[in-house]
Amino acid sequence: MDHVTGLRCRECGRAFPAEALHVCDYCFGPLEVAYDYEAIAARTSRERIAEGPRSIWRYRDLLPVHDEAPVDLGAGFTPLVRAERLAAELGLGELWIKDDTANPTGSFKDRVVSVALTKARQLGFKVAACASTGNLANSVAAHAARAGMASVVLIPHDLEAAKVMMTAVYGGTLVSVEGNYDDVNRLCAELTSEHPSWAFVNVNVRTYYAEGSKTLAFEVAEQLGWQAPDHVVVPIASGSQLVKVAKGFAELGRVGLLDEVPEVRISGAQAQGCSPVATAFAEGSDVIRPVKPKTIAKSLSIGNPADGWYALSAIRSSGGSCASVTDDEVLEGIKLLARTEGIFAETAGGVTIATLAKLAAQGTIRRDERVVALVTGHGLKTVEALAGSVGPTATIAPTLDAFDAAVQLEGDLQATYKQESHR
Amino acid sequence: MSVSIRIPAQLRTLTAGAGEVAVEGQTVGEALGALDVAYPGFSGRLFDDDGGLRRFVNVFLADEDVRFLGGLGTPVASGQTISIVPAVAGG
Repeated sequence: MDHVTGLRCRECGRAFPAEALHVCDYCFGPLEVAYDYEAIAARTSRERIAEGPRSIWRYRDLLPVHDEAPVDLGAGFTPLVRAERLAAELGLGELWIKDDTANPTGSFKDRVVSVALTKARQLGFKVAACASTGNLANSVAAHAARAGMASVVLIPHDLEAAKVMMTAVYGGTLVSVEGNYDDVNRLCAELTSEHPSWAFVNVNVRTYYAEGSKTLAFEVAEQLGWQAPDHVVVPIASGSQLVKVAKGFAELGRVGLLDEVPEVRISGAQAQGCSPVATAFAEGSDVIRPVKPKTIAKSLSIGNPADGWYALSAIRSSGGSCASVTDDEVLEGIKLLARTEGIFAETAGGVTIATLAKLAAQGTIRRDERVVALVTGHGLKTVEALAGSVGPTATIAPTLDAFDAAVQLEGDLQATYKQESHR
Repeated sequence: MSVSIRIPAQLRTLTAGAGEVAVEGQTVGEALGALDVAYPGFSGRLFDDDGGLRRFVNVFLADEDVRFLGGLGTPVASGQTISIVPAVAGG
């Protein structure tokens, strides 16, 4: 059984049953899953979790749906990698990368979609739908195929080719909309009113969907030996992930999986071309002004972030920060992570790494902190962004002479290779 | 000016189930005011105590967010459509 007691409006506190509801029908505030934490504390334990599957479902006691056979492609329990070379470059001490590129469809969205479609199926839905900047599209199409559900996915027309193909291949309905993500999202919100029999994962089942992001916090704590980090850097699109990561750490303390509710500083990362939350943070404002996105970080291109205000609150109350980076810095971030740690991130990951670098240089992220950066999507999804930025060192005829003429490793680099090979 | 207002499912209890209704108004604000006169209860749902749109209410005129236009003071042309849409999470 699950431990859900119902849904509650985050704005006005009105209570609702645990059905396919996402906004308070009084004030339009977002609904939040309410749990019986005492029951969870009595049931869950580190041992029980360790015996569970190597996926998000090992944390089922803290998820909003229980199903013996969830809609599952194996999302979650991705590597937490100690990043010593990157830390050295950035002047940081203990740095870890949560490598969510390793998820089944290459992004953290598999966490939320696995939860959303499991709940949607339980509620009797036969169709899974969503508005997406690409990663969610990939994941919904794949999980719907896995569950034997139909899918209807709406995307902006200018997405990266890989994200389009990685959605279309699963055989669902894929609609390319002439507009930006906020236009697609608005259309989807209106479609939800017209097609109440469809489960729009980020609309009418988003209350459950969003809870899947808590598993990032759960895994980080478990993989650190049931300890919380001091500081986490999270990219912001709608802001939902950041809010749920904060909630996840708090819940671990609340149900006794950590000794107390940990104090984790949470910092947000945005691209300068779409930075409504970073702007409000910098201005000390409570108002998130919507923007028209213009950045290569398309998976973060939400100009009107639904959870932006909650993300801002979570950042401020945790003592974290929020910054934005240019597209050039995003590309440098992608290359820096790849070069130092062997992890290839999509543009959103470049935003995270570049923001990490910026906050480290400012001294906002301190050398004495244990830091975790969330890298949430795979670089193969956005190779276009790197065109002209990386490529072959040389193109040659297949001869030794041509190779020697084209490739001259510097003396110190050869010394490094020798040193490495003797280790 | 006669304009259409599209009503989201959550507020159709106020319009006896209608998904789209016609009202008169020169601006977005006037049209939403007229909506509350024709179907009492809308103002309390859409506006906060200061008379501004609630944080999670989005209003679109001809598919453009009125916050990119002139807000509630944005003039409306006859035959245009206003949509009331709850904010939704991203993806």
